[in-house]
Amino acid sequence: MNNLSLYLSLPYVQNALIVAVLIALCSSLLGVTLVLKRFSFIGDGLSHVAFGAMAVASVLRLTNQMLLALPLTVLCAVLLLRTGQNTKIKGDAAVAMISVGALALGYLLLNKSPYRSGNVSADVCSSLFGSTSIMTLKQNEVWLCEGLSVAVVIIFILFYHKIFAVTFDEDFAKAAGTRAEAYNLLIAVVIAVIIVLAMNLVGSLLISALIISPAMSAMRLFRSFKGVTLCSAVLSVTCAVLGIMISIVADTPVGSTIVAADMLVFLICWGLSLAGVKL
Amino acid sequence: MALINVKDLSLGYDGHEILTGLNFSVEAGNYLCIVGENGSGKSTLMKTMLSLQRPLSGSIAFGDGLKPNEIGYLPQQTAVQKDFPATVWEIVRSGCQARMGRRPFYSKEEKQLVRENMEKMGIMPFARRCYRELSGGQQQRVLLARALCATRKLLLLDEPVSGLDPKVTAEMYQLIESLNRQEGVTIIMISHDIAAAVRYATHILHVGHQVFFGPVEEYVHSPIARRFLDAEGGKQA
Repeated sequence: MNNLSLYLSLPYVQNALIVAVLIALCSSLLGVTLVLKRFSFIGDGLSHVAFGAMAVASVLRLTNQMLLALPLTVLCAVLLLRTGQNTKIKGDAAVAMISVGALALGYLLLNKSPYRSGNVSADVCSSLFGSTSIMTLKQNEVWLCEGLSVAVVIIFILFYHKIFAVTFDEDFAKAAGTRAEAYNLLIAVVIAVIIVLAMNLVGSLLISALIISPAMSAMRLFRSFKGVTLCSAVLSVTCAVLGIMISIVADTPVGSTIVAADMLVFLICWGLSLAGVKL
Repeated sequence: MALINVKDLSLGYDGHEILTGLNFSVEAGNYLCIVGENGSGKSTLMKTMLSLQRPLSGSIAFGDGLKPNEIGYLPQQTAVQKDFPATVWEIVRSGCQARMGRRPFYSKEEKQLVRENMEKMGIMPFARRCYRELSGGQQQRVLLARALCATRKLLLLDEPVSGLDPKVTAEMYQLIESLNRQEGVTIIMISHDIAAAVRYATHILHVGHQVFFGPVEEYVHSPIARRFLDAEGGKQA
């Protein structure tokens, strides 16, 4: 415990906690929509694209890798949404191709880069599982994370009712003159931003869990869309803080500890719903 | 001018025609049932009228000051909705999205409208209940209340009684009839239930290899109706 309070007094740990809370909050907000709209595949595909983009950025020795990863991932989000809706090309196959292709290309570049670091496996492991990158964010990266997170939360609040309408019944929304395609695009772009943010917290392989599991947990317990959204936000933030604390005390990797906490919460929520708890 | 005027309409997917040369019009206050075999293009026609899909050729004109987004639509339920975590209140409220325009939140007037329509449909007691826990008939009334929030003039209903038991089906038909007769809402309904269509509707549009459009009195004496009534009767018995 002394260990923990010592760490918590360090500025970079405090930074990490603030960023973690913001990222966890953002990533939980669109989880419900992602699950219900069957967009989970886009989230998963994009996380691999983000890995590839980060690899390219590190090969180019960019100081702020997010600045390259962000536009590339957003671009892919738009492309994936297009192919996903096109029934002629097999949508999910296209997603699989793009995502695995990006993963392979990223690893290839990291290995063959003239500036490659002495320990490629450690770099790759860090990108895939997050490891300690949340603790080593530079000040400008912290600001970028904070700014983007706040933007995501504001967009979500402003478009909350539209997102609900498009998620619940796209045909009805279109018939009522709501531009459903535009909102789908907005959702995809926001997801891309969240994924690039969340790479810092849990790494690209674990992002889907961060986005989807709080929503799945909340859906076991709550019966209103608002309730599910608020509950998943609370669960996600709690798990992120808890995960970071545990990782400090028990010296475990940050990302996987947070995801493990999310999974545990899901099991608890599932158990509660089986026991008949409904809120 | 008629509320809806359909001229030489051809429908289909990817250039493949399902229906061609369709002509009919709907006057305010009409109750039109669209009947026909499965795959004859009934749902496609409805989606085209809602501008969810483009016609291959021909035109659909709206009259009487009706805007395309002033149509209340009751779609067939999707698998997603059956497991959707949302309260009745949240769902009915989303019927106001066209009124809301670019405004991010619902106004007092819109909330009042939601309450009125929920009372009309008798679902006020379920306002805070979860949609997925309701019975099929209750769910349809929720979606009908939502459609009413979008319109006072015209409702498009895509098989509103499919999957409901006979008692609830009868209640649903009465509810729709009272909206038509008492509130003056124009109804266009896709139906498989030809007996009910003939009983409640004022006009019938029969689509398929042969097309019929006209008042229900003419329809029941037409050869196309006889053949269809016999076939349907045999299937339902």
